[in-house]
Amino acid sequence: MKQKKTLLTVITIFVLFALVYLADQTLDPYKMRILNLCAIYVVLGLSMNLINGFTGLFSLGHAGFMAVGAYTTAILTMPDVVKGQNFFMAPMMKPLDTAHVPFFLALLISGILAGVVGYLIGAPALRLRGDYLAIATLGFAEIIRVVFTNMQSVTNGALGLKGIPVSANIWWTFGVALVTVLVIGSLINSSYGRAFKAIREDEIAAESMGINLFKHKVLAFTIGAFFAGIGGGLLGSLLGTIDPLMFRFFLTFNVLLIIILGGMGSITGTIISAFIITIGGELLRFLDESMTIGNLVIPGISGMRMVVFSALLMIVVLFFNRGIMGTKELSWDSFFNKFSKKPLAKGGNKQ
Amino acid sequence: MLKIENLNVAYGGIEALKGISIEVEEGKIVTLVGANGAGKSTVLRSIMGLVKPKTGNITYHGKNLLAVKRHDIVKNGITLVPEGRRVFPDMTVLENLKLGAFTRKDQKEIKKDIDWVYTLFSRLKEREWQLAGTLSGGEQQMLAVGRALMSRPKLLMMDEPSLGLAPMIVKDIFNIIREIHSQGMTILLIEQNANAALHIADVGYVIETGLITLKGTGKELLANEDVKKAYLGESVIKLKA
Repeated sequence: MKQKKTLLTVITIFVLFALVYLADQTLDPYKMRILNLCAIYVVLGLSMNLINGFTGLFSLGHAGFMAVGAYTTAILTMPDVVKGQNFFMAPMMKPLDTAHVPFFLALLISGILAGVVGYLIGAPALRLRGDYLAIATLGFAEIIRVVFTNMQSVTNGALGLKGIPVSANIWWTFGVALVTVLVIGSLINSSYGRAFKAIREDEIAAESMGINLFKHKVLAFTIGAFFAGIGGGLLGSLLGTIDPLMFRFFLTFNVLLIIILGGMGSITGTIISAFIITIGGELLRFLDESMTIGNLVIPGISGMRMVVFSALLMIVVLFFNRGIMGTKELSWDSFFNKFSKKPLAKGGNKQ
Repeated sequence: MLKIENLNVAYGGIEALKGISIEVEEGKIVTLVGANGAGKSTVLRSIMGLVKPKTGNITYHGKNLLAVKRHDIVKNGITLVPEGRRVFPDMTVLENLKLGAFTRKDQKEIKKDIDWVYTLFSRLKEREWQLAGTLSGGEQQMLAVGRALMSRPKLLMMDEPSLGLAPMIVKDIFNIIREIHSQGMTILLIEQNANAALHIADVGYVIETGLITLKGTGKELLANEDVKKAYLGESVIKLKA
């Protein structure tokens, strides 16, 4: 049975990449951009879900970690000439202006740096709980943004960085998304994952079980920050230009939306909702344009789609108040159980 | 086994414990009875390292327990069944039990112990795949006890296991405590239900406003006039007489 499931997983991965290949061959750049964004939001959503959903730490610092990752990747992959063109206000700091690493290494370093920042923020902030933690992490994310705005010789300040080599293509984004799913998935199913969930459900009880609360909270936070950094690096590389204003609270809010809609504490839910929200946001774009219904011409109101989108989300959250998946997962087990109808079977959810 | 000497704990300016001494001998059921706010839970909190005592010692097998970190207490063989059950509501019964064995790595033995818990509480076996939050209060208490047993404690501490349960269920729970004890477990029981607790206890302490006012065997305390008046209710005694 276990072998069968592994085989099915491998086949699914192959099918996924076959579809990615097909998309790469047939779709226009606009659609490809959306697909890329979907995959990046899967990475970001999962990293935030690990912190907020699985471990139950209400953190709003995601944009900060993404900024660290995006800037690191950008600085480490930009060619010297482009760096020179960018930094006309103040020359770039010495070793950085000629620093170069391959894209993969740049992403890895982005993740590690974001993880280190996550650890440094988490160690003091995770002594707080609930709303207080949310405010503290939100504050830290803003601090990161303000610091980046003012480090003229490293980040080019408010001007941002332009001409970042676009190394992130559909293979990179979907590849990283797959790795993230596999890593976070196996983490959640390990004894660490069980400890994370125990902390989410009841801290006092978790502590009576001998779980080191602080260690596990910081661990979840650091790993979440690591993947947020990688997601940020991919995003910067995909867009080709970044500036500090990109990493405002709105970005964190977008990711938060994904995990709330998908279900706090569900990997498959996050994946599904990352696609729904990213594609949905684009599909509703017609609302911003002027429309002609019969003889009536409605002038386009820019931002209209966001209003409709928010209203739709409110409806979804009202009726599925635990998100699409809640804490459940789509797995081979649940798939088979749909057909086998075993009563309360092992791992099944038939009553 | 566990020795508390002259323990003095204060929350801010208010002294919750004013120098109490308790000894838990191996293989005994020791109970601590008292009214609300007497300081019962503070004793447990001090043992678990959740509050720092002002003065006093807690030693466990001769080891200074106050120096042991909170999450290492379980590894030392002391497990707490927390007040109000506190099972993990969104996890299945089985997952709850597995979390009880969090500090252990011996998978085979853990499996054996799960079976052992299921023989103690056959109700849990039936509900293995049910979410703990959907269990009844009594079943949740059984799960909380079973979960604590999964860490293979040498000393099991229970904080108000009868809290909020129907009298019939309370009886079941106390029978189970007796059963666990007969298999060689040392138990420190903290209860408001003095009658039930003293019936099964080898040694009992009565705690009032942070001081131990009486100590004796369970039977002695049950027969004590002051205890009867204060904790057992005179009307019941009269009826029996």
